[in-house]
Amino acid sequence: MTESHGAVAEHSEHSPHLRHHFDSMEQQFDSATLGMWVFLLTEIMFFGGMFGAYTVYRSLYPDAFASTSLHMNPAFGAANTAVLIVSSLTMALAVRSARLGSQKAIQIFLILTMIFGIAFLVIKGFEYHEHWVDNKVPLFPTQWHHWDYSNDAEHPHQAQYAKQAQILFCFYFFMTGFHALHMLVGVGIMITILMMARRGIFSHQYFTPVEISGLYWHFVDIVWIFLFPLLYLIGNARKLI
Amino acid sequence: MSTVLQDPHISEKPNYLNAEYGWKSWLFTKDHKRIAVLYIISITVMFFIGGIFAGLIRTELLTPQGDLVNSDTYNKFFTMHGIVMVFFFLIPSIPATLGNFFLPMQIGAKDLAFPRINLLSWYIYIAGAAFALAAIVMGGVDTGWTFYTPFSSTYSNTFVITAAVGVFIAGFSSILTGLNFIVTVHKMRAPGMTWGRLPLFVWANYATSLIQVLGTPVVAITLALVGLERAFHIGIFDPAIGGDPILFQHMFWFYSHPAVYIMILPGMGVISELVTCFSRKGIFGYPFIAGSSLGIAIIGFLVWGHHMFVTGMSMYASLYFSLLTMLVAVPSAIKVFNWTATMFRGSISYETPMLYAFGFIGLFTIGGLTGLFLATLGVDVHVTDTYFVVAHFHYVMVGGMVLAYMGGLHFWWPKITGRMYPEGWAKFAALLVFAGFNLTFFPQFITGYLGQPRRYHAYAPEFQVLNVMSTAGASVLGLGYVIPLIYFLWSMKYGPKAGNNPWGATGLEWQTTSPPPTFNFEETPIVTQEAYAYADQGEHVHEGSSK
Amino acid sequence: MHEVPSVRTYVTVWATLTILTFVTYYVAQIDLGPWNIVVALIIAFFKMSLVIFFFMNLKAESALTKLFAAGGFFWMILLLGQFFVDYVSRSWMPGGKMW
Repeated sequence: MTESHGAVAEHSEHSPHLRHHFDSMEQQFDSATLGMWVFLLTEIMFFGGMFGAYTVYRSLYPDAFASTSLHMNPAFGAANTAVLIVSSLTMALAVRSARLGSQKAIQIFLILTMIFGIAFLVIKGFEYHEHWVDNKVPLFPTQWHHWDYSNDAEHPHQAQYAKQAQILFCFYFFMTGFHALHMLVGVGIMITILMMARRGIFSHQYFTPVEISGLYWHFVDIVWIFLFPLLYLIGNARKLI
Repeated sequence: MSTVLQDPHISEKPNYLNAEYGWKSWLFTKDHKRIAVLYIISITVMFFIGGIFAGLIRTELLTPQGDLVNSDTYNKFFTMHGIVMVFFFLIPSIPATLGNFFLPMQIGAKDLAFPRINLLSWYIYIAGAAFALAAIVMGGVDTGWTFYTPFSSTYSNTFVITAAVGVFIAGFSSILTGLNFIVTVHKMRAPGMTWGRLPLFVWANYATSLIQVLGTPVVAITLALVGLERAFHIGIFDPAIGGDPILFQHMFWFYSHPAVYIMILPGMGVISELVTCFSRKGIFGYPFIAGSSLGIAIIGFLVWGHHMFVTGMSMYASLYFSLLTMLVAVPSAIKVFNWTATMFRGSISYETPMLYAFGFIGLFTIGGLTGLFLATLGVDVHVTDTYFVVAHFHYVMVGGMVLAYMGGLHFWWPKITGRMYPEGWAKFAALLVFAGFNLTFFPQFITGYLGQPRRYHAYAPEFQVLNVMSTAGASVLGLGYVIPLIYFLWSMKYGPKAGNNPWGATGLEWQTTSPPPTFNFEETPIVTQEAYAYADQGEHVHEGSSK
Repeated sequence: MHEVPSVRTYVTVWATLTILTFVTYYVAQIDLGPWNIVVALIIAFFKMSLVIFFFMNLKAESALTKLFAAGGFFWMILLLGQFFVDYVSRSWMPGGKMW
């Protein structure tokens, strides 16, 4: 499998990271980044499908959705947004360190990013727990029967509202759930990159894995940037807790 | 016209097949050509499984009464036939097999951009297929391959989640293949291989890859929502709690309509290769064929509502989708005109690949035109959910896509294996396929138009004669598929050895040995010619006589 | 492509994003009727652009990459828009309503 190279590529002075089917490190890097952008495009459509369905139901049941939104805690949502934004900063700084070949800095920033990512997941977990305690988790019908509307705005059709609210809560859990899943994967990716960084393999010549992991992480941040207003801030003139 | 070298030294030359031996060298390969072979084997297996279900359907439909099986079992037959054929044969077929093998070679590259992701894509396909087969073995699914809610999400008692998981996983395989192709075509073309010199097979696979990447994630999330709904007994698509089943259909068809273009576009790419080679003539209107591939890919995302005219969707939306569906026929028609113009005053020969190409052009045209019948709102109200629709899509999928696949397989067989298939048997099988296909599906246009509904295990007695003809045709068609399976396998050991370019075709893949070496080319090719430069080969293109 | 943006740029972008998050949070308290969500989404769109152009370095990428990024976003709009071709027009028919 190796002898048919023939006169194809001179192996004299290229990086040990150059894969055989590429002609240059630049081609390899360009391909990797384009590949990650194309993958993110698929992620846009994945979340986009959910956003689409969410938007349809929101336009069908504006009142039920608005009143249900009162059961979200926007303080948590805003905190999570801030946490994710910081993690994007540290990730960007990690990529920057990789380009500069600073092994130590890469590791520090990656660890910081992971800490913020995990903080996000912890806050999210706390939120989910609150919903569970309040009997707002639609995944288990036994929970749903205890829904209490007495604190909500006028709702002449309780049963109907309950059903429509259930749909919103489904979307809340699915959208934040898939997002959290992507974050978990992101943390896993960062652990891998961290281990690579500890072996000192990144340099200004080769930092592709850090770069494309960064793209992934920022994308997950962008999804949340949209999820926050759409799920937490529906309804007018809300008294924010 | 086919030149076959009998040089006994060819098999000793190192190529991708004999470079390494052993199961590990295949299952851990990064060579796109080996991965293509893995895919050929897998999708062939799935094809025959889907074919068995087709046989069961046609057997039941020999008689007007539902007497072979009950309706629930029959529902499982057509569901499994659809799921297996659509998601595990048609969608991957040409891109994962011929595309994987030849796209890098045609652009002068040593491999795809991401060889390991290519292998991963195959493993993911196998995982998806395992789930689908598990669903079958455990008892099947009866929702139709379209998984309409709330039946699939709430009321069906079959293994919907298992099947949906299988399709979800297979979707990832499709996405990764598409992603790989897109990056490869952008970043790994050989020097001189400009976009304007790309073989049209590459253009076709590129356009297909765009669809795969943009559409598949939406069906993934749709099926995920159905699965979650089933698992947790909640209702996103359940009307009883305010869910909208039509929303499911919008989300499902947003992908599944472009999916049919995933299926047909690579086939059209193959036809461009066949028609030029076997007419010894450059393609007529290269920019139009390339552009129409992109046009189909884009407009294909704007027409899905034509599957939903009678569901309760708004009439204005129906008008919108009807108009755009008529529009999407235009780029397809452009291709048919251009292939015909290519053949005009060409030097046509009738080897098996060309027979399949002729079959494609005729049958795809019929299928496509009947699509326009269905796009017409008033007509659709009468023929939707009848056998007219079934006949329409089988004409484009089987008469079109499968014939293109067979044609491509025959055309490139000598390159893939280094052996020629037996031409006589191949021609015979091609004729069986053509005859059997028409006998199977033309009567269905008639019965459908007269009112025989689809997905029913019984029908009105006056349709029996036509149904019996259809079943008879299916038997002939099946034979037409089995014969190539046999002679292809036979040829790998006993077929005459093929030279580098038995067809005298243009294209970089023919400049290297049959089978090719692992890294495709001894030296990176430098491209100076336009695509399909048959005129430069010194052939007399105006004689018009077959050789 | 291999240029290295400055730490200052990144921190400025981060600060802007954080401020915009608080703006989003507090604007939601003011009653703007149906414009609440419009404002929130516009701010979100702007935040996304900052992340894409600076953190993801799209500013320095090739036109091709920009095309794919824009195309993805556009395709999602195409999905949403065409869903609403149906849902919005249901009420146009006599006696028809959205739901």
